[in-house]
Order: sequence, then C-alpha cells, then structure tokens
Amino acid sequence: MAEIQLTGVGKAFGETAALDDVSLTVPDGAFVVLLGPTGAGKTTTLRLIAGLERPDAGDIRIGGRSVLHDTPAQRDVAMVFQQYSLYPHMTVRENLAFPLRSPILRTPEDRIARKIGEVAEVLRIAHKLDNKATALSGGEMQRVSIGRALVRDPAAHLMDEPLSSLDAKLRAELRIELKRIQASLGATMLYVTHDQVEAMTMATHVGVLDHGRLVQFGTPRQIYEDPVSLYVAGRLGLPRINALPAGLWAGAPAGAATIGLRPEHVAHDHGPPAQVVRVERLGDQTRLHLALEGHALVTLADPHTALAPGDAVPVAPRNPLYFDAAGARIA
Amino acid sequence: MAEIVIRNVRKEFGEFTAVQSSSFKVEDGEFFMLLGPSGCGKTTTLRMIAGLELPTSGEILIGGEDVARKPASQRDIAFVFQMFALYPHLNVRKNIAYPLVSQGMGRAQVREKVEEAARILGIEDILDRPVGGLSGGDRQRVALGRAIVRDPACFLMDEPLGALDAEFRERMAEELRALHDRMGATTIYVTHDQLEAMQMGDKIVVMNHGVIEQFGVPQDIYDKPASLFVAEFIGSPPMNFLRFHGALAPGATEALLGHVPAGLPALREAFEGDLVYGVRPEHVRLSDAAPYRGEVLATEYLGTTQVVTLATPNGEIKARIPADQPARTGETVGLDFDGRTTTLFDAQSGRALRSALNEGVLHG
Repeated sequence: MAEIQLTGVGKAFGETAALDDVSLTVPDGAFVVLLGPTGAGKTTTLRLIAGLERPDAGDIRIGGRSVLHDTPAQRDVAMVFQQYSLYPHMTVRENLAFPLRSPILRTPEDRIARKIGEVAEVLRIAHKLDNKATALSGGEMQRVSIGRALVRDPAAHLMDEPLSSLDAKLRAELRIELKRIQASLGATMLYVTHDQVEAMTMATHVGVLDHGRLVQFGTPRQIYEDPVSLYVAGRLGLPRINALPAGLWAGAPAGAATIGLRPEHVAHDHGPPAQVVRVERLGDQTRLHLALEGHALVTLADPHTALAPGDAVPVAPRNPLYFDAAGARIA
Repeated sequence: MAEIVIRNVRKEFGEFTAVQSSSFKVEDGEFFMLLGPSGCGKTTTLRMIAGLELPTSGEILIGGEDVARKPASQRDIAFVFQMFALYPHLNVRKNIAYPLVSQGMGRAQVREKVEEAARILGIEDILDRPVGGLSGGDRQRVALGRAIVRDPACFLMDEPLGALDAEFRERMAEELRALHDRMGATTIYVTHDQLEAMQMGDKIVVMNHGVIEQFGVPQDIYDKPASLFVAEFIGSPPMNFLRFHGALAPGATEALLGHVPAGLPALREAFEGDLVYGVRPEHVRLSDAAPYRGEVLATEYLGTTQVVTLATPNGEIKARIPADQPARTGETVGLDFDGRTTTLFDAQSGRALRSALNEGVLHG
C-alpha cells in the first residue's frame, strides 16, 4: 500500500482540456472518492494514474516515486472498470486466480487458494466459483471483477464506478463491504463515482472536480458542511441545496448574491410565508415543494404533516451559506 | 379523462400465471403506480389495460365501459415505453405530429396541437431539429409530447425513466409529476423503483409473483405494510426484521425479544409461533440506558443523518440517527424502538398481524 501524489497534472484531448493543473494527495490507506458530473475529469484522473493515458504536464508519484515512465504493469495498481471484463472461457475461480498467477508475482498455489476463498466469501460468490464466468448475472460478474482486484496486494486500488451496474439492494450491501475490506486491508483506494451516497458513506476524503479542476478536497463532512462554492454545495445533499436570492431575508453579508439553504436547514416557525405547491411523502421524510415570492424551494417536514397544496407556511433560514455572484462562498 | 377499474383480472401464459386475480381502481385524474420487482406482473397488467395483451379472465373498465376485449386502437389511451421509440428520419415536430397526422387531422390544427404540447414540455426551441442529435432527456420529452398531443383518456407509462442516469432521473421525475399536476390526466405508471413510486404516486399497488400485496396511498404503505415483502421492498434502508418465537394475546402491547420487552401498537388478534418484529430504521434510537443491546458494525455518514448497522441477538439491523450523535464501530450500545410505529408479522406466511396501527388499512 502506498501514497499517490499528483502535482500540477494537466491533460488535453485535442481542444478539450480534460484536466487542468490538478494537485492531489491520496494518503496511504485512505479511501478517496472523486466526485463530479460526466466530463469533470474523474475517469481521466484514474487512467493517468493507471498509466492508460500520459499527462501533458505535471508529475504522478506512487509511494514517493515518479511513475511517468513506468508501464501500467510496473505501477502495481489494480483497476476495476465500470464495465466488467472477465475472461469468458475461464471459471470464476480461474478468473480470480489469474492476476496472482502472473509471472511477476509467482504466488504459491496454497496462498492463491486461500486468497480466493477469502475474497469469494466477502463478495458472496463462493457458491459460484466453479461456474463459467459467462454463466453469471451482471451483478455477479461485477463482483468477480472487484474480487480480481482484491485478491492482489497492489500499491493502490483504482475503481471507476464499480457499483453503478448493480441493483439498489446489492449496491447498499457492497458499499459497506467495500469500505470494510478497504479499512481492514489498509488499502489505498481512489474511487470514481457520481453517486453522492457512495461518496459520503465510503470516503475518508472527497475530491470534487469541476471541468477538469479540483475545486475542493476534504472529509465528506467538510464538503457537506463547509463547501467552498455553490457548485460544491450542490454536489452533496438530497434533495439538493436551495439557491435563492440573498435579499429574501434580512442579514445577508455585503456582497452576497445567493443564499444556500439545505432543505433540512429551513425553519417553519417564523419568517415570510411561502405557498405549498406539492407535498411529497417518501415515508421516512416528507418533502415540501414551496413557492416563496416566485422562487421554488424544497424543505423537509414531519413525515405526517397535515400541510396540503395551497396552504401557507412561514420559512426562515437556519445555518445559511452565502455565495457571491460568481458562486464563491463568502460566509 | 377517465376512471379505470380492474376487476378480477387474470393472465396466464401457458402454464405460467403472470397475474393472479387482481382488482383495483384508479380514480379520475390520479397518478397511479404499479410497483414491484421484475417478473411480478406489473408490466403485464399495464399491457392488458393498454390492449396489448388480452386477459385470460376479468374485466377492465375505462370510463365505465368494459374494454377488455377491445383492440388497443379503440381504447383512447397513450402508451409511453421505456425505450422511447422515435422515428429517426423525422424531426421533433413531425415525430410529435405523427399520431395526429395518421388520424387525418387538418394541418392547421396539428400545428396548433404540436405547439401546445411543446410549450407544456418546454421544447419549443428544438421543434425543427432532427431527433438523432438529442440528449436522452429531450428524446424522452419528445416521446411524451407524442403521447400528450392525442389528448387521450389516460396515459400508460412503462418505466419511462428507466434508461436515464440517476441524477437526471430525479429531475425528470419532478418534471413528469409537475406535468401531471398541470394536465390532470389519469396516469398509470409502472416502475421497480420504490423511491420513484413514493415520490410521484398518489396511490401505489405493490405486486409480487403476480399477486397484489398491497394497495393504498404511499404513506400508509410505508407506515403500515401488509406483508414482509412490502415492508422490505419499500424504504431505504428497508424495515428491520427481528425474528423471535412467541405467543401473544389480543390487546398485547409488548413482545419479548429474548427477555427484553419491545413495544407494539395494541394487537388485535392472537398469535403463537415464529414472529418477526418490524421496525423502521428511523424508529430505532441509540440510548445507553436501554436494556436491548447491539454492537455497532458500521456507520454511514449521510449529511444530516447517518445509518448505523448493528448486530443484535435477533439479527442485523440498521438505525437512522442524527449525524452528530456519536456511534463508533465495535462499541456496544442500548437500542430503543418506537413501539407505536412497529408491525408484527407471521414469519411463515409473511402476513402482518392486525393492530391498533394498521387495522383501518389492512383487510382480511
């Protein structure tokens, strides 16, 4: 296991800058999640570290050593792709053993058997070990491809949306499993997703990318509670943070253009009245869709609230975040 | 616009029964969800309402008229599929106009109708574009436009958001629901996504193996599940199940988990045997004083709340608690259940036992 360090990394594809001056340290044993919409540069970052692309500028170090001139194999990283790629003519067991049998590693057979047993247990595919890889469901194939990374003991794991093709229930289970495995192995993990629940629940650190730039790096709690911009604030939190004109309530600091209010940070006991447009009952929580002086906002109410469309309800900010006209956080 | 009544409808494909005798009623103007896992019969039910399948037996009434034996073209419904099939060689305007043109409607009226539909959907600016270069969301809007222009008695939708990615699905779901609120057309919507169903539906039918497990408003289905299946299918994380063996008399307000009493809404029937104590994650509290103990296995930070996974003598459970309340992996904590909200199930049949909480909602 090792630290990964990016310094001033840039990468362009033709006219498009995919990454722009990205500096980032993935500490040894950390679980770092890169978060951002499609095209933000998440996957490019992984591919640069894995050696599948070459950077135009900057340096990439793994375990303190620059790897710019290493082949992907020499970099000793294990990558899991969104689309599982298994050897179709091999059984699950042979697929899992494959990386361990590589001539560089030369693992003894009893150790291979033990490793496979452990990983198969954790990923709940032990009963499928002797099946052909093609005789599995999509979810099972993806678990095998995660397993193929876990049997090794690489300097770092790189994972590109490995859970996105699984159903919700399995995804929730594997979130906990992956986190537990990573913590118990002390593995260094760099993980790409655009699922914010995965980012919040698994990460020790979250890096938020916007058009190829790293705009914030911190713990999930820092990103959620103390975002540097409206863009970052909008990446975490469901329902999404409300962005409203700062002047709707008194007390905005000088220069504030936008007030950012998370749905759970709206008080309903005082303040100007808003109209209830729709009441959305999700069971454990009820969302109120409101209109306040022509602006839409979403807040949370008691699950069994009696409010109905057309009712008026007072709204006032609690723990507001303020942003300037360019979206930068000012208070 | 119309009310839709399904009465004792059954569908067999050879040996296989896709839909067991089903009955439910969709009120005029309702947004109605058919929810269940794949293979539960929800799409077959929708296709029978559309006229794409004939029921083996039973009645389907649209606006009071039995249409079960009528062809699809005479049912005055519009179907939106998961894979929005647009005509690739026609532009947006011609795609939306197609059903009207094929009905032989006059050109001026077609133009007016198409523009009205485009305005409702906010796609006026792309009317003259080819459909080839459109984003997934715009393609879905065009498919909706083609359904809207016909002004049908009802809309039938088969996982229309299934092909979209998570972030965009959330937005489209809101858009669809807002569209429904503006138009007020009766809509039946098939999905396997419980959140989508809760979020958009006025009423939900939960199906499993061709059987209707429960029918009602979303909050009732969440609070008062009729079966273990519904309790587990609805909610994220789902309801916790603590398995135990016991004998309970009508009026009981406690169940014994090991030796610790756990609260219940007053029971309305007697039961002896294998039971399941069902409690939602947000109704589990961590409290040092509570005698029922669990070991923290994992915590998941979610912003304002966190989900804590615990090992208990009756199995693994999850609690949703405030994010600022300390919970460390490995420590043993006391657990308190909000007894007024819990449901007891017969472990064998999966049926919810009747109680003061659910007696108004459950039948039979």
